Amino acid sequence: MKNFTYYRPTTVEQAVALLDNKWGPVELLAGGTDLHDLQKEYIAQPDKVVSLNGIRGLSGIKASGSAITIGANTKLADIAENSAVRKHLPGLAEAASQVGGPQIRNMGTLGGNLCQRNRCWYFRDEHVPCLLRGGEKCLAINGENRYHACFTDSYACVMVHPSTLAPVLIALAAKATVQGPKGKREIELSRFFQAPAKADEREHVLAANEIVLSVSIPIGSKNASYEVRHKQSYDWPLVQAAAAFDLKGGKASNVRIVLGHVAPVPLLAGDAAKALEGQPVNEETAAEAGKAAIKGAKPLSQTGYKLQLVQVAVKRAILTAAGAKKYWQV
Amino acid sequence: MRKIHVHAQINGLPTDFLCEPRQSLLEVLRDELRLTGAKEGCNNGNCGACNVLLDGRLVNACCVLAVEIEGRTVETVEGMATPQGLHPLQRCFMQDAALQCGICTPGFLVAAKALLDRFPHPSEQQVRHYLAGNLCRCTGYDKIVRAVMDAAESSS
Ligand SMILES: Cc1cc2nc3c(=O)[nH]c(=O)nc-3n(C[C@@H](O)[C@@H](O)[C@H](O)COP(=O)(O)OP(=O)(O)OC[C@H]3O[C@@H](n4cnc5c(N)ncnc54)[C@H](O)[C@@H]3O)c2cc1C
Ligand code: FES
Ligand code: FES
Repeated sequence: MKNFTYYRPTTVEQAVALLDNKWGPVELLAGGTDLHDLQKEYIAQPDKVVSLNGIRGLSGIKASGSAITIGANTKLADIAENSAVRKHLPGLAEAASQVGGPQIRNMGTLGGNLCQRNRCWYFRDEHVPCLLRGGEKCLAINGENRYHACFTDSYACVMVHPSTLAPVLIALAAKATVQGPKGKREIELSRFFQAPAKADEREHVLAANEIVLSVSIPIGSKNASYEVRHKQSYDWPLVQAAAAFDLKGGKASNVRIVLGHVAPVPLLAGDAAKALEGQPVNEETAAEAGKAAIKGAKPLSQTGYKLQLVQVAVKRAILTAAGAKKYWQV
Repeated sequence: MRKIHVHAQINGLPTDFLCEPRQSLLEVLRDELRLTGAKEGCNNGNCGACNVLLDGRLVNACCVLAVEIEGRTVETVEGMATPQGLHPLQRCFMQDAALQCGICTPGFLVAAKALLDRFPHPSEQQVRHYLAGNLCRCTGYDKIVRAVMDAAESSS
């Protein structure tokens, strides 16, 4: 790891002032579970590391009548175990409880989860000229791509967005509050992510001198997150689906369905949501929504298998959100 | 790069050390403080061989900067036994032959301690889910899970 100067500011303003207006020379440090690995692999080589861990008030979970607000520096384990989150946002509690192992959840934070870099093996190998590190083209498009995107239209790079929390937060219509040199602003999580296409772009739309302070999540919907993985625990999802909707008189409304690990951004599945809107929730309607979710997919040479997984994940996320019996669990 | 002075409580003892900003807690424990119980397996958060408790919470020491532990408490596998004897987990690991080469064992012991400190009577599924961040290339895990269940039972 390249050496760096370590800063430990005690206020957000001090931290913002230490940041640079372009990506690279300075990195924020929260739990470090992603950053230090990137540094060890020489993918990130900051001269300055600015720790958020000396700033008071950046972590904690507050519930009001209509929303739950979670500080960016809150540990994933604390999100997973919080009683208000488990009661009102079971999809978020489930997603947080499935990230990595307990060690990662005890260190990893909400802010770091949203701002982590992608896991493409070409991106993470300093010896190959990945598009996102100044190379000419995305090496996964014609390379080893079995964990990559199956929705590929218009994307220059076909990695999948890594965050397990993002799909369910988008489905829940969450908003992030961020602070930069000009003060605070709010960003809907559905507009927080972008597909990067060159070295000075990240997987999110923040400027290099902005810090996520908190995420606020409306409560009241039925919600769930479902992951398809090789292993039961401690594994990245192959495909993830999150669902949120209101259930009145047995019918679903305000349906939002978001897919993870299928595209360089968490993907709003509008057709799937439309298929369920106004319908009673049962195995048939959930399966129809699953079918609608793969409209527009264009898999790579090795990601065709994900289309079946998307359909299953969407169906099960919807049924879980509605509290239906989990027929797939014995 | 100038070294930074860090003060922390390690296995109950006030401890001071100097480190570079880039040094992990694992490097400092092993190379500066000669606490070599925590092992380096992957050095990236995948294997759990480097597990320690930081303020009572299970973490991978390879993923934590040593400068970040200023004023905090760290417990390593060296702190598990007392002069009176081994920790019940250590006894059960021996009784149940829950190790072969042993390189993963300190990490499993610390992870299992973190689990039992919070849930003294876990189900087998809880044990497996909680130990999922620890890799063992020798035992096939069954004996490790049994040792943890036996330790939980022996302390009831
Ligand atoms: C073995 C292993 C398994 C994993 N499995 C999963 C998984 O299944 N699902 C998943 O989603 N993730 C997984 N992860 C990734 C894990 O790093 C994240 O989930 C974690 O939440 C990152 O949080 P952190 O606080 O450690 O981030 P850090 O490493 O501290 O930071 C990550 C990035 O975010 C930036 N950042 C941090 N906080 C802020 C903020 N408040 N504002 C702006 N930028 C910020 C940092 O500058 C850095 O670029 C895994 C990691 C490992 C090592
Ligand atoms: S050495 Fe730290 S997790 Fe493997
Ligand atoms: S006993 Fe050899 S790796 Fe676990």
